[in-house]
Amino acid sequence: MANEKPPMVEIKDISKSYRRGSQIIPVLQGITFDIAEGEFMALMGPSGSGKSTLLNLIAGIDKADAGIIRIGGVDITTLTEAELAGWRAANVGFIFQFYNLMPVLTAFENVELPLLLTPLSRKERRDHVEMVLSVVGLADRMDHYPSQLSGGQQQRVAIARAIVTDPAILVADEPTGDLDRASAEDILSLMDNLVHRFGKTIIMVTHDPRAAEKAHIIQHLEKGVLSAS
Amino acid sequence: MFIIKLIIRNAFRHKLRSFLTILGVAIAILAFGLLRTLVGLWYLGVEQSSATRLVTRNAISLVFPLPISYKDRIRQIQGVKEVSFGNWFGGVYIDEKHFFPNFAVEPRSYLDLYPEFVLSPGERDAFIRDRRGAVAGRKLAAKYGWKIGDMITLKGTIFPGQWEFVLRGIYHGAQKSTDETQFFFNWEYLNETMKRTTPRRADQVGFYMIGVTKPELAAEVSQAVDDTFRNSLAETLTETEKAFQLSFVSMTEAIMIAIKIVSYVVIVIIMVVAANTMAMTARERMAEYATLKTLGFGAGHIAGIVFGESVVIAMIGGVVGVLFTFPAAHWIETELSQFFPVFSVSTLTVYLDLLAALVVGVVASIFPTWRGATISIAEGFRRIG
Ligand SMILES: Nc1ncnc2c1ncn2[C@@H]1O[C@H](COP(=O)(O)OP(=O)(O)OP(=O)(O)O)[C@@H](O)[C@H]1O
Ligand SMILES: [Mg+2]
Repeated sequence: MANEKPPMVEIKDISKSYRRGSQIIPVLQGITFDIAEGEFMALMGPSGSGKSTLLNLIAGIDKADAGIIRIGGVDITTLTEAELAGWRAANVGFIFQFYNLMPVLTAFENVELPLLLTPLSRKERRDHVEMVLSVVGLADRMDHYPSQLSGGQQQRVAIARAIVTDPAILVADEPTGDLDRASAEDILSLMDNLVHRFGKTIIMVTHDPRAAEKAHIIQHLEKGVLSAS
Repeated sequence: MFIIKLIIRNAFRHKLRSFLTILGVAIAILAFGLLRTLVGLWYLGVEQSSATRLVTRNAISLVFPLPISYKDRIRQIQGVKEVSFGNWFGGVYIDEKHFFPNFAVEPRSYLDLYPEFVLSPGERDAFIRDRRGAVAGRKLAAKYGWKIGDMITLKGTIFPGQWEFVLRGIYHGAQKSTDETQFFFNWEYLNETMKRTTPRRADQVGFYMIGVTKPELAAEVSQAVDDTFRNSLAETLTETEKAFQLSFVSMTEAIMIAIKIVSYVVIVIIMVVAANTMAMTARERMAEYATLKTLGFGAGHIAGIVFGESVVIAMIGGVVGVLFTFPAAHWIETELSQFFPVFSVSTLTVYLDLLAALVVGVVASIFPTWRGATISIAEGFRRIG
């Protein structure tokens, strides 16, 4: 049964190293794994093990040295920079540890950002933004600036921004890393909801075992090599 | 639309920083505009000195006089249309601080030769008829509240004594740039007094002013005049009014060039300061630019945002600077009228001001724009730690 549908994310033999001066630092070595559609995967591992690097490769904001990254059937390693930007806008939602909202824009405007690159009308954009803000429970905070929101609320705005274009996969780099327990719980159940109710595929980097528990699969990255648990 | 909104909001994010940058640009533009106006007016003054007027003075030095008898001999020279003469009087009104140029001139020929000093026919006649008559420029008269018929007393320096004049006319300039702060009076009054008090100084003039029939004749006539008085007791030096003025101000020309350079240096300095501020601002916002790129915005968008912010700030500074230039110029004209009788800011200067502000904004943004546009997303995020 599982073989009928290709996996959402297929990673084959990717490697990545950084160059620091004349020194070459290998970070990822021959990583291979798949993620099925609607899966919630946690990526754990010690600091500096390359989790963020791997996530960035999957999300198309960094380039692998070798290997294939096929997402929804598209090998993104073959795309040009410009194609990749368009591809990201349509297919990937990003959630960051520090929210990365634009401080000069309101919650509404922050969520609207990705839609500005689509042909949607003003009215359609408004409908979409209001819809996702109510999904994350912030319909009443639309006109607030990030500085007027708590960390948990800011992260919810960021999640709303990530899902407003209805991308198939969401990548989250330590989304609860900067939040207290209660806010972290909120964010995690919201993400859980996105998987179950909306069928999103989520890849989440985390250091927090309790956060990882919410995931269906936990992968460990250590010394550039992956091991499932 | 969104880009513009973001540019405007970013520009005023750090209120103090933006305010100081705008203030800096405004002051630089103000200084640039005023210095340029100064230089422009100076060159205009030199240029406007008529090409058909010559000035003859003693070949040894301007302080030595020439005999009045030269007048008729000059008049006979081919190409001479009109001869007038005068003395630099150097009288002091109230005290030395109240300086204005004052001359003794032969009224009729002087007014003919200087049509840019406009008098009504009535005033003109009254001035020519009255031995003690004097004429003042409109600005000068306004400054001291003089009216026609007023008695004006100057203390002589070159020609000792208290000299009393009756104001018979107030001239206005034919052009906006005509000097309206001069004071001239009837040469006869000076000469008659000298005859009585110091006869050896009578019948002497400081300089002749010669109108030639055609500007092309200027060189020829100059030569002819000087040849006429060669080997006489008082040899002459004749040059165009322009050259005459330049000989006064040859020092000044060097100063003008220096001022010109300074005006550009001011712009370069503010450019460096603004570039530093923009680079700092852009560096702080790299993670935001990386976020925008992550969301699918391109290098062009980021470049537009960084560039736009820099240009908006610089142009606001430029406009503020221009707005302050006018009251500043007005202040100079009223308070420093003895140095700058006319200090009007030209339209060209306003355009140059705005152009300079634009250049400051563009140059200041080059590096941060390039950086913001080309930085990779991963590196952009790395910068917030
Ligand atoms: N641009 C870069 N240039 C040089 N080295 C880099 C660069 N980016 C990452 N690295 C190195 O690659 C390694 C993996 O970094 P990465 O950020 O992926 O780790 P991580 O697992 O996300 O760590 P953390 O849990 O602390 O976030 C680290 O040793 C890091 O120093
Ligand atoms: Mg990381």
